[in-house]
Amino acid sequence: MQRSPQLNAKGELQHLLSIEGLPREILIQILDTAESFVGVTEREVKKVPLLRGKSVFNLFFEPSTRTRTTFEIAAKRLSADVINLNIALSSQTKGESLLDTVANLSAMQADIFVVRHASSGAPFLIARHVKPHEHVVNAGDGRHAHPTQGLLDLYTIRHYKKEFSRLTVAIIGDVLHSRVARSLIHGLSTLGVPEVRVIGPQTLLPTGVEALGVKVFHDMKAGLRECDVVVMLRLQNERMSGALLPSAQEYFKSYGLTAEKLGLARADAIVMHPGPMNRGVEIDSSVADGPHSVILPQVTFGIAVRMAVMSIVAG
Amino acid sequence: MKLPDAEKLCEELARELRPRLTPRSAMIGLYTGGAWLAERLHALLALKEPLGLMDIAFYRDDYHAQGLHHDPKRTKIPFDVNGRELLLVDDVLYTGRTVRAAMNELFDYGRPASIALVVLADRGGRELPIAAQYCGARLEVPSGMRLRLTREASGKLALVLEPSRAA
Repeated sequence: MQRSPQLNAKGELQHLLSIEGLPREILIQILDTAESFVGVTEREVKKVPLLRGKSVFNLFFEPSTRTRTTFEIAAKRLSADVINLNIALSSQTKGESLLDTVANLSAMQADIFVVRHASSGAPFLIARHVKPHEHVVNAGDGRHAHPTQGLLDLYTIRHYKKEFSRLTVAIIGDVLHSRVARSLIHGLSTLGVPEVRVIGPQTLLPTGVEALGVKVFHDMKAGLRECDVVVMLRLQNERMSGALLPSAQEYFKSYGLTAEKLGLARADAIVMHPGPMNRGVEIDSSVADGPHSVILPQVTFGIAVRMAVMSIVAG
Repeated sequence: MKLPDAEKLCEELARELRPRLTPRSAMIGLYTGGAWLAERLHALLALKEPLGLMDIAFYRDDYHAQGLHHDPKRTKIPFDVNGRELLLVDDVLYTGRTVRAAMNELFDYGRPASIALVVLADRGGRELPIAAQYCGARLEVPSGMRLRLTREASGKLALVLEPSRAA
């Protein structure tokens, strides 16, 4: 079998490009390391000296506030220098190629590239061309993968549920356009979650999604029964082309998470959402702000998870 | 080489420490061996403050050469270190680099009144200007060997000497 492009010859994590293809031990190593970093983020001085003298370049070819900010905070808490580049507004519009952009930044002594790109596979292309001491972390590529979001979801699930081996997890909504869903499904199956369900209208579920080992439900109420973890996905309006849905109101009626529908899941179920939320479209405010919601802790854990990823790849 | 009895050294250390304790004393053990020793000393001395435990993985000076150590434990210091007289506990004192890292980490929690180093054994080979204030035994261990503390299922502590793993 060919080695994953993310691992070096010793099987250590060199780049983080996707959760798919990562062995269980690496996922556990990242989650365990993140747990130690959660301790750091609760201190008065929220900084450790690990990446002192290293430069982290945030390359965002697609707009994002939350992911870019959490990567920036994570890098700063590791004592790295952080440079934010909003490429959508600069060189690329002048016609520079992706690899030329990266070569130029590499000449500025980069150590880690955090890449967000609208095209699936862009971080892989960069990872194939960087120097041995440079590392690439995928911060979301097209519809393909968003591994740090998937990892922080896994971290959150482990934090509240302790074990993966007896869980039923439902992922609800626009799975078709969601790189978050794809990353999470791969992670859950690698960590041994026995039942993963995807719930949504036919038009928002990728064809052949069953091949990933998930159960498909079109009826949300049936799909929610006895779930331990409910992951809501954002209805990605800006990616919606063509008439996949009748209207946001219709959607909410069928696939919006309300307190009543959540009542069908287990009494101790947790509700997650990768953000940003569309209240009243995929999730009701009473649930988003309710006792089952762990949406804000997800954001906090996301910083520790990104600290873990960067310190593992750069080490 | 005949190694001293870790259990006996532990009791001797407790006897030596007892008269020096003040109301501001608190103890921190370094993972993994130092944490075992600290748990024992903490119980023997019946310290009022809960025990602190520390993993110095994020402060090591060999990160750039060795990478991050697998499975770092979470540092837990359940008291305010400001103004404390800290007893920093490790099993074996060697190069002094672990203690350097531990002190750097400690100062990210606050400003202790003092730090004293407590070790079960000092094996020589120092690379930094660091010394233990409380030391169970002094041994000359050759550089190719590793001296470490083990803990049996029964909780019994013992020193072992083994060839050091190749870096």
